[in-house]
Amino acid sequence: MTNDGRASEVDRAPEAGAGQPPEAGQPAGPGEPAGAAARSLSGRLAGLAGSLVIPILAIFSGLVIGAFVIVLSDLKVVGLWTSDPGAAFAASVRDVANAYGALFAGSLGDPGKIVAAISSGDPEQMTRALRPISESLLSATPLIFTGLSVGLGFRSGLFNIGAEGQLYVGALFAVVAGFSFAGLPPVIHIPVAIAFGFLGGALWGFVPGLLKARTGAHEVIVTIMLNYVAYRFIDLALKNAPVQREGATNPISKFVLDSAAVPFIIPGLRVTWWFVIALVAAAVISWLLFKSTKGFEFRAVGLNPHAARYAGMNIALTTVLTMVIAGGLAGLAGASVMLVPQGKLTPGFSPGYGFDAIALALLGKSRPAGIVAAAILFGVLRAGATPMQAATAIPIDLVVVVQALVIMFIAAPALVRGIYRLRLPKGAQAEVFSKGWGS
Amino acid sequence: MTAAARPIVLGPLALRRHQVSGLAYIAIAALIAVAFGAGASADSVSTFDLNARSVEIKLPLVVLPTAATAYALALACAFIGAAQLARGFGARRGLVLGLVALVTVSAFLVWAASDRSMNLVGVLGASLQRATPFTFAALSGVLCERAGVVNIAIEGMLLTGAFTAAVAGSLLGPWGGVLAAIAVGGLLGAVLAVLAIRYGVDQIIAGMVINVFATGITAFLSARVLTDVPSLNAPERFAPIALPVLSDIPVAGPILFENNVFVYALFGLIALLHVALFHTRWGLRVRAVGEHPRAADTVGINVLGTRYRNVILGGMVAGLGGAFLILGSTGRFDRDMTAGRGFIGLAAMIFGAWTPIGSFLASLVFGFADSLQARLAILNVPIPSELLLMVPYLVTILVVAGLVGRARAPAADGRPYEKE
Repeated sequence: MTNDGRASEVDRAPEAGAGQPPEAGQPAGPGEPAGAAARSLSGRLAGLAGSLVIPILAIFSGLVIGAFVIVLSDLKVVGLWTSDPGAAFAASVRDVANAYGALFAGSLGDPGKIVAAISSGDPEQMTRALRPISESLLSATPLIFTGLSVGLGFRSGLFNIGAEGQLYVGALFAVVAGFSFAGLPPVIHIPVAIAFGFLGGALWGFVPGLLKARTGAHEVIVTIMLNYVAYRFIDLALKNAPVQREGATNPISKFVLDSAAVPFIIPGLRVTWWFVIALVAAAVISWLLFKSTKGFEFRAVGLNPHAARYAGMNIALTTVLTMVIAGGLAGLAGASVMLVPQGKLTPGFSPGYGFDAIALALLGKSRPAGIVAAAILFGVLRAGATPMQAATAIPIDLVVVVQALVIMFIAAPALVRGIYRLRLPKGAQAEVFSKGWGS
Repeated sequence: MTAAARPIVLGPLALRRHQVSGLAYIAIAALIAVAFGAGASADSVSTFDLNARSVEIKLPLVVLPTAATAYALALACAFIGAAQLARGFGARRGLVLGLVALVTVSAFLVWAASDRSMNLVGVLGASLQRATPFTFAALSGVLCERAGVVNIAIEGMLLTGAFTAAVAGSLLGPWGGVLAAIAVGGLLGAVLAVLAIRYGVDQIIAGMVINVFATGITAFLSARVLTDVPSLNAPERFAPIALPVLSDIPVAGPILFENNVFVYALFGLIALLHVALFHTRWGLRVRAVGEHPRAADTVGINVLGTRYRNVILGGMVAGLGGAFLILGSTGRFDRDMTAGRGFIGLAAMIFGAWTPIGSFLASLVFGFADSLQARLAILNVPIPSELLLMVPYLVTILVVAGLVGRARAPAADGRPYEKE
């Protein structure tokens, strides 16, 4: 996928970071000599900027095509194009500006208001000004976990399409732990419930990992199938005691107890300490992948399983372990939605966090920091979609279209380069992690 | 490497594979005896109705004593298991497995119908209806994957085909809807092909992109356009056509030959694809491209051209499947209405070992599970319908893991090909 993987321990040559082309030269191969790091700082910054070109253009292109979708789906304006093109053009621009304006106002807020609110020091005003950002971070939280889940899989050559199912099972485990164990103090109940969430997802990741390691069953097929098994399993659990809420006729779980709810960071805003936990998880995964021996094995197996096997690494164990951790991370995504004040499980609570994760891992190049950034971006899009729909009657599904386009452009950098006439950086290799069903 | 890094051992698998299956069959026999035989009260009877509603000459009802029938079926299953344990069935183990499954399902039906009357023709007819979109999806997968391109975008192609069929069908009539759905399916196939072949995008990612895009754009357009203009979502449907003579065959006639044009087209397509893939030069070339593109290239076959063509054809078939969902079934588009049918089709393709006929049979099995759960819910049988809905997915996992049978994908499936 990238060659920074080799920059850490295999390749200790001093010029590791400096002479690399923008596409491939990514920041900070840990374990590099300090002198080289200092010397190559400017080169690294250039490299970072270079590696951001494609994602930025991809997002831009996605938004532009999204604008066309808005315009072309407006029947009133479409009729106007033939009779009065000028008015049609003006109406189109207004449509798009209103839609994207409402989207970003709903997800980022008004900078002027935020500054005014902070300088006024009035807590109520501050809460109101910060609410859009809080909503964006709230939406980003599960995405960070699922993005890490898929990214970790990519690093060791596994394609975890099952993050969605793992998320649901993790959510089920977390919510059950959250409404059981009444009487525990929060300092015990919260970690226990979080551990349950991890466990549920890990279990759902263990199955494809084990099957892959033992029988060679392709993890893509198994995880797709397990997604659907998970949905049915959730449906079943939510229709029966003990998970279903007493007296409810629709599928809905009991509320988690207050002692299991991770509190809000600022009262009045819906973002909880889960966001911080997600950042910690990203740091842990970063450490695991780039500083630990196990992580080195993960990446070695991902880059070249044959070489890894030859070097004495245990491919089967790595596969199982990767899927268990990846599943657990997705399970934490589910737990992060459940273990909040008044948290509850419903059949369709995830708007596809597990599938967005594939885009996030691609956008973030499977690096935890990149994934966090990408997740916040997607959180912004998601959080802004609802206010956009309320203000302009443009359906929230526009965001899904834009996301699909972004994934496409990220996955096909040649397409972006073709549109914007960019040259292929020297020495950059195609990023391919294609594998057949059988392998 | 630490001591923890030993290979993981899945139980003592010292037994030979055929012996494991034999033991499993005997266990199933015991399960049948306990759950369905002993579980039924002594004097209850199961009634099966073999008449379609439309038939005038009625066949007599089949009435079986529940417990005795279940025990007989358990005995049959145990006998098969014992034979399997003793010497195995070699090449015919697939057939034997099917037989065990049939016995198990029969026992289940007998138990489910105890003290009730179950219309078997109704269940089987509904199975075919439900199997139809699965089969279209699976055939789309067969076309793509036999040429070496993994197509997990079938779900998105079905969904987009359905949306197109609803809108174009409302504007241009049902045949216009069918043609438009096929065209849009082909277009998505072309997108997949260009992304996967020209731009070298991972085929699974390219498929995911199309799925996400299809979900988003159809939901977006149906919320933005179809809710305002409901007349765009009211196509005329194809009515069932009873084929003369054939539809008068008892039991099988009403199931197979009283369907709408899509089902007949499906029968034709299965036969056509089977012959084309395995008995024509075209099929040989396609399979060569899917198994060993380098060799195919060496003998002058246009590898990339074949892949483009097949993926586009596959998209068209999936689009037709989407059209069925609207014009042959529900008659209106709702967001996310495919509800994973494309993935069940993918599962059916794998279960059917990448062959058209196998895909159809697998789809029928999945369609049967689907229609059975609907019927059992009506009959108030105390079995959660979700468990039956899990069957296709669980079966597929067992198949890809090689725990029952072993389906082998085309060797070059999912691998991009570059000329040297």
